[in-house]
Parts: sequence; C-alpha cells; structure tokens
Amino acid sequence: MTSDNVLIKVRGLKKHYNGGTIRALDGIDIDINKGDVMVVIGPSGSGKSTFLRSLNLLEEPTDGSIDVEGQIITEGKIDLDKFRQKMGMVFQHFNLFPHKTILENLTIAPIIVKKEDKAAAEKRAMELLARVGLEDRASAYPVQLSGGQKQRVAIVRALCMNPDVMLFDEPTSALDPEMVGEVLEVMKDLAKAGMTMVCVTHEMGFAREVGNRVVFMEDGKIVEQGSPDKIFNHPESDRLKDFLAKVL
Amino acid sequence: MSISFSNLEKVLTYLPMLLQGLEVTVLLSLMTVLFGFVIAFTLALMLLSDVRPFRRLAKVRNGSPARLKRLEFISRFNPLRLIAGIYVQFVRCTPMLVQIFLIYYIVFGFIQLPKFTFFGFIQFERFFPGIVALSLNSGGYMSDVIRGGIEGVDQGQTEAARSLGMSKGQTMFHIIIPQAVKNILPAVANEFVTIIKESSVCYTIGVQDIMFNVKSIQSASFIIAEPLLMATFLYFCLCFPTSKIIQYFERRMRASDQR
Ligand SMILES: Nc1ncnc2c1ncn2[C@@H]1O[C@H](COP(=O)(O)OP(=O)(O)O)[C@@H](O)[C@H]1O
Ligand SMILES: [Mg+2]
Repeated sequence: MTSDNVLIKVRGLKKHYNGGTIRALDGIDIDINKGDVMVVIGPSGSGKSTFLRSLNLLEEPTDGSIDVEGQIITEGKIDLDKFRQKMGMVFQHFNLFPHKTILENLTIAPIIVKKEDKAAAEKRAMELLARVGLEDRASAYPVQLSGGQKQRVAIVRALCMNPDVMLFDEPTSALDPEMVGEVLEVMKDLAKAGMTMVCVTHEMGFAREVGNRVVFMEDGKIVEQGSPDKIFNHPESDRLKDFLAKVL
Repeated sequence: MSISFSNLEKVLTYLPMLLQGLEVTVLLSLMTVLFGFVIAFTLALMLLSDVRPFRRLAKVRNGSPARLKRLEFISRFNPLRLIAGIYVQFVRCTPMLVQIFLIYYIVFGFIQLPKFTFFGFIQFERFFPGIVALSLNSGGYMSDVIRGGIEGVDQGQTEAARSLGMSKGQTMFHIIIPQAVKNILPAVANEFVTIIKESSVCYTIGVQDIMFNVKSIQSASFIIAEPLLMATFLYFCLCFPTSKIIQYFERRMRASDQR
C-alpha cells in the first residue's frame, strides 16, 4: 500500500476545541498519493473543512502528525509560508481580494512571495486565465464577476503558485445551480492533467466520475473509504448508507 | 452678569488674540490626529498580535485536568496584548485633565525640553507636552476603532492570503490594511472633531489655544461672558463644517461600495 508515491501521510490527526469538548477531528489516518483525486464526503459538521485546513496548517492540529514529501510539517521547525506555497486552496466563498483586479489577484502571490518578475508572472497568469476562458476579464474587479467566474479565478490564483496539491473546500456550494458545471469542468480538466486533489464536495456525480478515492467522514473520524464504486454501490457501514440515502 | 453690545465691541478688539488661539487649536489637533493615529495603529497591532512565549505548554498531555487547564491558560499569555490592554484601560479610566498634568508636570518635569517659540508665538515647551498628552489619549481611544476595522475584514481574506504562502506581515500589509482603511478612515476623521474640542484642556498647561486666550481676554478686560461666547462660536464653526464634510465623504464611499 505505501510506496514512494505517497505525497501526504496523516497519522492520528486530532483537532479539539474548548479543551476537548468539541472534537472536530478525532484521529485521522490516511495516505494521499501523487495523482490522487480524493473526494471527502460527510454530513455537515463532520470535520471535513477542519481536515482540509489542517493539511496546510491553516488550523493548528491538537495532536498527530502530517508528513508532506518526507517533511513532518506538524513539528514546527519548518518554514510554514514556504510550505504553504506547495498547497493550493480553493474556498467555498472564493475569497478573492476585492481591492485588486483579477490579474492582480493572480500575480500578487507569485510576485511578493516567490519574487517572480512582474511581466513573467502576468504572462503566466494570462495563459492560465485563458485556459478557463476568462482572459478578457483580466482588468475587472471581483465584484464584476459572476460566482462561477469568481471560483474559476480562485482556482487559477492557486495554480499560479505551481502547487503540488490542490485542496477544494466545497467549491460549488455557494454557486447558483447553473454555474456549478463550469467550475466542475475546470476541476475535471485539472484532474485529467494529473493534479493531486483533495475535494470536499456534495457533488456526488463529480465524486463518481472524477474521483479515484472517496472518503466518508463523520464525527471527526473516517468511517469508510474506498473506490467510488465501493462507496456508492457497495457501502458497508450503516452510517454511510444513511448518509447516501439522504444525499442521492 | 450681563451681555451687552458695548462689551462685545470691546472684546472684538481682542479678536486677533482669539484667531491666534484658533491657529494653535487647529495645529494642535492636526498633529494630535497624526501622532495619535500612529500610536493607535501600533496599539491595534499589539492587541491583534499572536505573540505567545509559552504556547508550547498547550501541547503538554500528561497531568491532572486542573493542571492542563492551568497550562492552557498560561500558553495563551501574550505580553504585547497585555501591555496594550493595560494602556488602553488606563487612558479610558482616568480623566484627560489628570493625564495632561501627569505628562506636563511629571514626565516633562524630568525631561528638559528646549525653550523656544515657533510661528512667532507658540511656546514649544508647552505645545509639545500638550501634543504628547493628547496623542497618547487619542491613540488609546482610536486603537479600538482600528482594531475593529482590521478585524472587520473577512477572515477568509487572511486564509486565502496565507494559503498562497504570504507571511503574516505580507497579508497584513497587502491584503488586510487596504481593506480596513475603508472601515477606519471615517472614524479617524470623526476623532479629529473630538480632538478639536478635547484640546481645550491644554490651556491648563499654558498652551495658547482658543481657551487660553479667552482666559487672557477675561482677565485683561474684566469681561467674562462675551469672550466665552466668541470662543463657543469659533469651536462650533470649526467642528460643524468638518463633521459635515466627513459625513459627505462617508456617504460617497459607501455608495461606491455598492457598485
Ligand atoms: N473555531 C471553532 N471553534 C469551535 N468549534 C469549531 C470551530 N471550527 C469548527 N468547529 C466545530 O468542529 C466541527 C467540524 O467542523 P467543520 O470541519 O467545519 O465541519 P464540516 O466542514 O464537515 O461541515 C463542527 O462541530 C464545528 O462546530
Ligand atoms: Mg465545511
């Protein structure tokens, strides 16, 4: 099972709030391989967001370890800012920078974090923007874009840092139904191009079609995991069956 | 006491003194907003800082629940926040008049200031302690507004910036502060109006502002009411248009938000 194909190794990951009364994560063990498209499902409050946010240490775990490409990031000796560049993150509410144009949104991190040359960063940003069909909106501000457009920009913004992994936290949940497709399409292309992805989503169609692994979480624990076929067509635990009955 | 036209006429001959006082009041207020803002900003950053020298204690796992709770408490200790918090409470919970005396008689009783006048009549050794006291006071009050303005920026902005690899400082400077300015600026402008009025306590340490000249005119002319009325008029003429102008810009800024 383990090989040098493993990108992220999570062991005994816990996140407690209020001195242990709230256990958002209660012992997560999982390996994420290079090229995985892992879909995380589960009821609201099950700890999916906390899990994602722990992976790039936006959330400081209470206990456990995360090993990324051989570096144990939970030990507090590494340069977190440097490490986070390797993990792109896409949020439910886009979180574009409203005071910057689309192009500035895409280039600010490459320029000030990676010290990239401005012209080079802009050229690359425009190429990526063209790939999602938004090159004509480069000089617009985020308020002038639709939700679907904003989310595509947010994905491109993360890609501009050349990440090894992309984390998606319910990227389509805040969108009007007619815009969900365009965002999923971009994610599908990304998966096809071989990007390692961890996606929290309620889009079961996407999970089946694009995911190669599905993880079902409840109460801060991984209850069941496996291929999309196993999870959706042959669920074992009652909790997963209950959950699927509600969402499918 | 009576108010009469002949008195008013007499007092009008002292008008140049009052206008000089007006100049001092405006200068005092402008400098105070400027320095007060710098102090307030520093305090706000201290209040929002995450400097926890004992944060590792939160990782301790063995021990009784009571001990763990104690360690957790100590791990949250932030010296910068404590200092800033005490400072703000001190400013809020002691009278401005006491603060200005503390600065003038005690702090600048120890520190000798050079004695000279500028703009022809402003005495530096009184003007400077006045600015220091007003700025320290106003900074304490404004720090909360600035902290609120920074905290009012959506948490998602910080998360997005940090997830892109920006450091705390870069996030603050490039992402948070430009957005917080919009929340902060109206309050800072309003603070300017407050300072114009508050600065009147500076006459007690001999700063020749409007109120100081009122006192001088009163003792030179033995007329009490009319100089005071003229000063009231001056303060009003200073504050009313200023706050109206601020309101106008505030409204325009809010309108441009909803484009
Ligand atoms: N900052 C916090 N303080 C206290 N409880 C929190 C905090 N963040 C999350 N939680 C709790 O942790 C649990 C998991 O939350 P989350 O990871 O957001 O779930 P999901 O994304 O699956 O809906 C929830 O019960 C939530 O209330
Ligand atoms: Mg969530």
